[in-house]
Amino acid sequence: MAERSIARPNYAAGVLAGIWLVIVAMPVVWMISWAVQRRSEYLANGPLALPRNVTFGNVQAVIAAGFTKYMVNSAIVTVASIVLTLVLALPAAYAIVRSREWLAGTVFRMFLLGLAIPAQATIIPVYWILTRLGLYDTLTGIVLPTVAFGLPLVILILAGSLRDVSGELYEAMTVDGAGPLRAFFRLTLPLSRGAITTVAIFSGLNAWNGFIFPLILTQSPEKRVATLGLWDFQQEYGVDVPMLMTAVLLSALPVLFLYLFARRWLVAGLAGVGGK
Amino acid sequence: MTTQTTGFQGGAPPSALSGQRRGPAPAAPGRASRPGSAYVLPATLFFLAFAVVPVIGVFVLSFTSWQGLGDPTFIGLDNWRRLVSDPGVLAATGTTFLLTALSWATQTPLAIAVGVWAAGRQRNRAVLSTIYFLPLLLSSGAIAIAWRAIVDPNFGIAKYLGPFIGFPDGNIIGNPKSALYVIVFVLIWQFVPFHSLIYQAAARNIPAMLYDAATIDGATRWHAFWFVTLPQLKNTIITSSTIMIVGSLTYFETILLLTQGGPGDATVTLPYLMYQGAFNNYEMGFAATVAAVIVVLGTLVSLLIVRFSGFGRMRSTLEGL
Repeated sequence: MAERSIARPNYAAGVLAGIWLVIVAMPVVWMISWAVQRRSEYLANGPLALPRNVTFGNVQAVIAAGFTKYMVNSAIVTVASIVLTLVLALPAAYAIVRSREWLAGTVFRMFLLGLAIPAQATIIPVYWILTRLGLYDTLTGIVLPTVAFGLPLVILILAGSLRDVSGELYEAMTVDGAGPLRAFFRLTLPLSRGAITTVAIFSGLNAWNGFIFPLILTQSPEKRVATLGLWDFQQEYGVDVPMLMTAVLLSALPVLFLYLFARRWLVAGLAGVGGK
Repeated sequence: MTTQTTGFQGGAPPSALSGQRRGPAPAAPGRASRPGSAYVLPATLFFLAFAVVPVIGVFVLSFTSWQGLGDPTFIGLDNWRRLVSDPGVLAATGTTFLLTALSWATQTPLAIAVGVWAAGRQRNRAVLSTIYFLPLLLSSGAIAIAWRAIVDPNFGIAKYLGPFIGFPDGNIIGNPKSALYVIVFVLIWQFVPFHSLIYQAAARNIPAMLYDAATIDGATRWHAFWFVTLPQLKNTIITSSTIMIVGSLTYFETILLLTQGGPGDATVTLPYLMYQGAFNNYEMGFAATVAAVIVVLGTLVSLLIVRFSGFGRMRSTLEGL
């Protein structure tokens, strides 16, 4: 009958879904397969052969080449970016939602317009400003523009969520004698934990995956982050595909943990961008 | 208790304390204390310094000559004159538009299809969706480096796949006719998961009622998709397309890591031209001119989309709340 026409299993879509699955999954399968075999085996058997002797020896080679240091640098940049983002964006979103002063509204419109700024097109002046500030080749130099260009979206998401804290709760706080600062810490922050987590993950991913700002703003191996380390390995050990793939997978390990334990928040944050 | 008033509040004075007879209470419904402008200042100043000033800086630097060291010197319109007469810029503009058009035309239908499919509540769809979103775990740098190994004509998959699709030597990436399509394919692999995630969330928000009504009217699955799902996804399509198009106009990491603009100039886009000019040739002033074109293009495109799609109204309802 008519109602079955939608409820019946959709075989055509199933077949297409299978094709898409192969396209998405095969490169990941190859990466893993190449990462767990020796270089000699990879060269002898070709890229399509499955690994016969699974080895994790490539991890040692990657670590010996200094990749741990790059991962630590990435971690520092990521944590610093998350903290700075929250310290700047939370009070701003709070005032945008609650303040009656004209500046808050103007600032919100500025951040909405800021969504349209293409960050990658500004790398030359960013380089100019940060060399002037003496921050070239420092991790701080990477954090500053990374956080700045993330702010518009972060504030948009936070403001959307902070609006859900009801005005009555604020009035109750005021009756109890709390000023805006206390309401912020006792009411707004605890009730917005979900949005804060989402935004922290969003800005953390942004910082961890960042490539262009580290590329133009750092130079020495001591300040190299993981994404740049991959690029450097590619130049230096380009023929050693198993080692390269091991480094690629290692660089995704922290994100994998995040995906496993915080997928809900990640999805919520992304949906906040595209939701109706 | 109510006598405690902190000095922070900018809004209503504590009228509850001073009795009802003091005339109309300021802001009758909102008696709560409100934060003042001080709360938005740090974020605003920071954003001005490290995002807005750079945007202005792009235009300022486009009128200068600067080698990256020392100070930029003002040279008037020289860079702009060179820009309009440079055949490289013209070619890069064409490549940029082609890449943008191809990316949008392939990624949008795919992302909608995958997102709507993944929005179904069936268990197998939930399991497959976790695999579909795997590319989201990798940075664009990691993705480009992995694909470089995959399309390597001597040791990669391309050696085996090439002969089947018209490249007996497997050199798909080294052929000026096909290199750009490899980039398009890698960008699909990289970005469709993100956009399908957006579509999945949006498709789940479509009220089931609408599908019930369509079913009662005897709609087929295709009708339901065409007349219920797609119109309901309109705002999402606009958001996703804007991100995609502006992204394609400005993004160059994959090109830098995969082809470096080659073979020849086959994959040189405007943003890559800007990067190359600034950080390989140290012609910062001229590169800033290219950057200015990108900024204008990107902003113009997003404004046009917002203007002609009614998306601006949606934004203003957000603002008015």
